[in-house]
Amino acid sequence: MSAHAEYKESFVSKYIFSRDHKMISKQFLITGIVMGVIGMTMSILFRLQLAYPDTSFPILEWLFGKWAPGGKLDPGYYMALVTIHGTIMVFWVLTAGLSGTFANLLIPLQVGARDMASPTLNMLSYWFFFLSTLVLMSSFFVQTGPASGGWTVYPPLSALPQAMAGSGLGMTLWLSSIVLFIISQLMAGINYISTILNMRTKGMSMSRLPLTVWALLFTAIVGLLSFPVLLSGGLFLMFDRLAGTSFYLSDIYLSGVGALEHSGGSPILFQHLFWFLGHPEVYIIIMPALGIASEVISVNSRKPIFGYRAMVISLLGISFLSFIVWGHHMFITGMNPFLGTVFLITTLIIAVPSAVKVFNYLATLWRGNLRFTNGMMFAIGLVSLFISGGLTGIWLGNATLDIQLHDTYFVVAHFHIVMGASAIFGMLAGIYHWYPRMFGRLMNKPLGYIHFWLTFISAYLVFFPMHFMGLAGVPRRYYQFTLLPEYGIWMDVNVLITIAAIIGGVAQLIFIYNFFSSMFIGEKSPQNPWRSNTLEWTSPIEGIHGNWEGELPTVYRWAYDYSKPGEEDDYILQTVPDEGQINPLVSPLMDPVPDGEKIEDVSVSFSILLKRWFGFNRGVA
Amino acid sequence: MAQVVTTSKLEKWGGGNSPFRVSWGKLMMWIFLLSDAFTFSALLIAYGALRFSSVAAPVFKIPFGTDLHHKFGHFIETMQHKGIFTPNTWPAPDLVFNHLPFAHGIHLPLIFVSIMTFILIFSSVTMVLAVEAGQRMQKSEVSKYMLMTIVGGFAFLGCQAWEWTQFITEGASLTSNPFGVPDFAAFFFVVTGFHGFHVFSGVVLNIIIYLMNLRSAFDKRGHYEMVEKVGLYWHFVDLVWVFVFTFFYLI
Repeated sequence: MSAHAEYKESFVSKYIFSRDHKMISKQFLITGIVMGVIGMTMSILFRLQLAYPDTSFPILEWLFGKWAPGGKLDPGYYMALVTIHGTIMVFWVLTAGLSGTFANLLIPLQVGARDMASPTLNMLSYWFFFLSTLVLMSSFFVQTGPASGGWTVYPPLSALPQAMAGSGLGMTLWLSSIVLFIISQLMAGINYISTILNMRTKGMSMSRLPLTVWALLFTAIVGLLSFPVLLSGGLFLMFDRLAGTSFYLSDIYLSGVGALEHSGGSPILFQHLFWFLGHPEVYIIIMPALGIASEVISVNSRKPIFGYRAMVISLLGISFLSFIVWGHHMFITGMNPFLGTVFLITTLIIAVPSAVKVFNYLATLWRGNLRFTNGMMFAIGLVSLFISGGLTGIWLGNATLDIQLHDTYFVVAHFHIVMGASAIFGMLAGIYHWYPRMFGRLMNKPLGYIHFWLTFISAYLVFFPMHFMGLAGVPRRYYQFTLLPEYGIWMDVNVLITIAAIIGGVAQLIFIYNFFSSMFIGEKSPQNPWRSNTLEWTSPIEGIHGNWEGELPTVYRWAYDYSKPGEEDDYILQTVPDEGQINPLVSPLMDPVPDGEKIEDVSVSFSILLKRWFGFNRGVA
Repeated sequence: MAQVVTTSKLEKWGGGNSPFRVSWGKLMMWIFLLSDAFTFSALLIAYGALRFSSVAAPVFKIPFGTDLHHKFGHFIETMQHKGIFTPNTWPAPDLVFNHLPFAHGIHLPLIFVSIMTFILIFSSVTMVLAVEAGQRMQKSEVSKYMLMTIVGGFAFLGCQAWEWTQFITEGASLTSNPFGVPDFAAFFFVVTGFHGFHVFSGVVLNIIIYLMNLRSAFDKRGHYEMVEKVGLYWHFVDLVWVFVFTFFYLI
């Protein structure tokens, strides 16, 4: 890799089929932003329908033609917008856009590697993702329109092409794009894990990894083990649709068509397979955001992160538990109450590691020397939203309450706050924080504040009232509420939510302007604008190929030596040697076992392993 | 040796090296296989879920080696008539997969699939020998054993093609199954097909390795790690077959 001096790249190899992780990260980010804007626009469109069900918007007819006759969204198209909004936001923006961006940018830079383990696989991962984007979006241009059975694509609606317009070609395209997406995630995840395990630079023990990298590691593992199950589920669904099999279909009667030739299958089977991915998926979304928040909050509080070890263990706990809670999405499917109780208990246990993380953020902020950078604002916003949304998770995790609240706006409020808005806030925190690292320039700070406050206020205004609607029993996914008086009384609230959503949408335009204009007119960034410890700020800010000139940096300390007593500066780069430590390169343990001593007792070696993995090393005081 | 291991335990997670002492390429293969294991687990668990929510066919024992044609006439129709094969019951695999080439009409349950399984396991053995030869840098031996592995892979795929053909000529398809519930056939074709696709990919990889070796690619590199990586994949496919075999033929 010493070849970077004579490394030649054409326009295509630099900007399009790039194998450089920094460029791939930008590709993921910009694709993610574009998809985010599309998804957000969809949400505003269907919010308009909910707030003004009887008003005609001629622009809609001009835009969508037969899908908005007379300037009013067609009910089928309304469902398609809801479906594709969910799909885009969950998979394209918050999985690929968030993990793809920050794993690509931060993993090699923070562990001290020249690039990903396999840059080619990394490039392929992006292009499969891009292809999946094209396939998904192409469903807007087919005659029957995009998939419209909800982002969870439950059969039988999704398994019977003749069930409704959106179950036709649009659904097949949806499934195809998801398969491409899973392939992309698989290639990405394999790369992230092997890079973190194998490519750490000298002295970068697991216990010295920044929490972002830990979070991305667990995210990649969870994704790697859950996405294949959706692949299998999707395979069966594809056969049901295209070959007439009955994996998910039992005896069924379709109005206008008659009894169908299916027997023996189980639509609940699909729900199990789907939610075995679907639930870990929400942690795939939130964990990178939590990792980003750990880093941003610690840097901008000028304090070591509180409870590094607890943070790692809680990530591990969340990752493990995420695989055994999927049944809480299915309490009303006729599940055995005993099984429901098991899922209830595991679900409530997840609150423990999540609360550990929240308290650690608060303890890190406590009496810190806070700097309210744009990134910090969004990170604190994440903590706020994560608490607000997490509390309602405890409600919904209870089977007894869930039976009442299932499929109401309460659920919409819960997951939009806890994983939607809060993960978006994490992503935005990461963008503001690492923008200088990506583009060598700083983003406009006042615009960032305007963006933050508008987004923060509108996020709460949009989602908080939904709790009350849900408690009153207003169901989600309904096209219009005017015909039902008991729901119609919520019309004022719907108008409020829609107006807040439009304000939130406009705020994102400010961000988009800031993001793209700062690439050209932003203030040039200094080498280490946030006075941060981690390795990415030691690599030249122009972003050279191979990340570091000459030798790779050597790491001597953990990532959180902020405001260390007796030190001149309030930060110490990880590359600064620590005289207090005993030969840290050889034994970065707090109490190393002497070389050559046999570890015979299993429990001893296990405790050393635990210490090795989770113990942090702040040197000898 | 113990001392070396102990020291490395302390150093291997410390950065600057691989904690498992494997190259990233091999690590990636392991991680991929872990992921693929979940794909197959999901397929097989889905199979199990529907299998155990169906009614099993009544037990009907036929002595090994019975001349089916002589004793039952048209076997499937007789069984349907007797109520052993009904559209609502899950068939017993030993009444479905009881054929052997050149011995049509004789009740030889699971003999053919046992031969298939033996072929695939034997191709794993030759793969081990190829990997071992690679570690000794014996190019010609690697070629020999890779060739045997490729032949084994093709033989397995050929057997699978024969068995599919047999099952299809008896009237099975993705949507119909004369032996019992249609889902039995649908699962059979989808899951063994998915596995067969993996075997086919493995054969293609093996051929690539074989050709690379003929051109001395690994001799020039100084190591035969590619053979090991493809070997891992091949053993995995073999291991998955053991589970597919157990689920579809034994249970």
